[in-house]
Amino acid sequence: MPEYQNIFTRVQIEGPPEEGVPLGRGTWIRQGKPFFSYWLGVIGNAQLGPIYLGWTGVASIICGIVAIEIIGLNMWASVNWDPVQFIRQLPWLALEPPGPEYGLKVLPPLREGGWWLIAGFFLTASILLWWLRMYRRARALGMGTHVAWAFAAAIWLYLVLGFIRPVLMGSWSEAVPFGIFPHLDWTAAFSIRYGNLFYNPFHCLSIAFLYGATLLFAMHGATILAVSRFGGDRELEQIYDRGTASERAALFWRWTMGFNATMESIHRWAWWFAVLCPLTGGIGILLTGTVVDNWYLWAVEHHVAPSYPEVFPPVSDPAASSGAGQ
Amino acid sequence: MKLTVSLSAVVIALLGIAVAASGWVRPPLDSIQLGFRGLGMEEIVNPRAEAKLEAENQAPEALDPPEPGGPSAASVYENLQVLGDLSQNEFDRLMLAITEWVAPEEGCLYCHNDENLAADDVYTKVVARKMIEMTRHINSDWTNHVGEVGVTCYTCHRGNPVPKNTWTEDPGPKQASGMSASLKGQNIASSTVGVTSLPYDPFTAYLARKDEIRVIGNQALPGKPGASIQQTEATYGLMIHMSDALGVNCTLCHNSRSFFSWDQSSPQRTTAWYGLNMVKDLNAKYLDPLKPVFPAERLGPLGDVKKTNCATCHNGVQKPLYGANMLKDFLELKGASN
Repeated sequence: MPEYQNIFTRVQIEGPPEEGVPLGRGTWIRQGKPFFSYWLGVIGNAQLGPIYLGWTGVASIICGIVAIEIIGLNMWASVNWDPVQFIRQLPWLALEPPGPEYGLKVLPPLREGGWWLIAGFFLTASILLWWLRMYRRARALGMGTHVAWAFAAAIWLYLVLGFIRPVLMGSWSEAVPFGIFPHLDWTAAFSIRYGNLFYNPFHCLSIAFLYGATLLFAMHGATILAVSRFGGDRELEQIYDRGTASERAALFWRWTMGFNATMESIHRWAWWFAVLCPLTGGIGILLTGTVVDNWYLWAVEHHVAPSYPEVFPPVSDPAASSGAGQ
Repeated sequence: MKLTVSLSAVVIALLGIAVAASGWVRPPLDSIQLGFRGLGMEEIVNPRAEAKLEAENQAPEALDPPEPGGPSAASVYENLQVLGDLSQNEFDRLMLAITEWVAPEEGCLYCHNDENLAADDVYTKVVARKMIEMTRHINSDWTNHVGEVGVTCYTCHRGNPVPKNTWTEDPGPKQASGMSASLKGQNIASSTVGVTSLPYDPFTAYLARKDEIRVIGNQALPGKPGASIQQTEATYGLMIHMSDALGVNCTLCHNSRSFFSWDQSSPQRTTAWYGLNMVKDLNAKYLDPLKPVFPAERLGPLGDVKKTNCATCHNGVQKPLYGANMLKDFLELKGASN
């Protein structure tokens, strides 16, 4: 079958640019002259533009730039404005939250974490404005708001880590630093401090949904690509008028795993798995330190952590037995 | 097409630089099971690096044993404050050995005044005396860390007047002043903590100031406020140093499912615990008090004495010098318990 007859085609055909559906109310219009890019066409739609920003978009971008400027300039200052060191050390540099001595103080000295609080405020404002924009754009197109709510799930995890949990713990110092390696070191230290996050059941759920979401995405993507030769790429048509592509795909999964999702339900499976990953993860973080201090001991108490045969001679805390250091 | 090729070349080159810069080690590596199967309690060894490390960590041959008898050193030499209990033969042999261990190129005059060997006017002689006291203290009072193998000057010095691995308080790189955010003693690539962004000077807090190393709560539910994440990162940094200094994984001592619990740990953790206390003791009792003795160029940027950490003796090996017992040939360094 010639490739262009399939919707899933790599053939790029350029015609008059698509201007989008007419919008009803709205203070802004889409702007700019659309153009085509071959390289964009390789990974997605070749057409770029017209662009719509709106006041939420503009405000979000301004807040985002302010946040990134604060983070970036503080990082640069931390290497004494040396441009070479700034680039060399960039993955290590960070803007740290205030220390425990400041509790929830607003505003601690700028040098001691005040900048972190300001950057966090602007970054949060930027993200929330972008969420609002996403919600309003979906509404403007008469769409459902599924994408906005999925984004909200990620924002929930972000807010738990940087705002809700630190407030419950009574200290900004519990929050995550802005930095590439530093936030990873924070993650490792966080798990160690609270007795191993792997024994946190909500962390378990979050991992299951994370891996589950990637698995579902791979299964769904592969299935549709595999039946596109029978018209399976016309997914929505297959939903309301099931054809041989849909039947073959369904039979394939019944053969291989005994059960199949439908053309419609697979998208709900995928959406819920993706959304539940940060939702459960956020709950897990929220419980850590606030109601559980040591997840390993919690898991032992609730018979979650198994015990293993001892291979070493018994070891006990020398600080408890001898007292003296020698 | 041409663009694709050049783009791929750039990507591959960048990946190559990242791999080379990260200290990545090519497989295969040997893994040795330490704990119960399936728990990841294992030691990872690079067989290609092992031979080089072993060659670098060999104990020198001992001098011939001293002739028995003879006059006591105290009756022959003046100003013997620490080795007066030796015979002259033992004393002379020990001096020769120390020269070979500590100042093989500089010779006796590294510590002694040519005109009067008994005089204390060369500062290194005062330091050496303190170090002999320290060695005896380690060998007699810290056997729960050094066992019967003990230590000699060579354990740390390895033919260098100043041991290769020491530390001083680290003020960190220069930062912009004013209201720009402080680095807070971390977030700079630092070899002391395995090129992580963890606090780059875990030594001042834990090996000089004796801050609390333990950060993990010992009950399931929260009680009184516990350690902060920042303290945890500092402890983490110290642990990376220990791992690096001994060339071992975390899992030599800890079961990573529960870093804090002693009943999940290996006996080596007890040895390491005594080691940490030993290092704190040595820094406080023997090295810090030498501050007025040293000339300024021997001190750190903040004016403190070069001190010990795990790497000072271990030099990248789990048992210094692969457990070679040098002390049995130099029992004079054992000393009496005090």
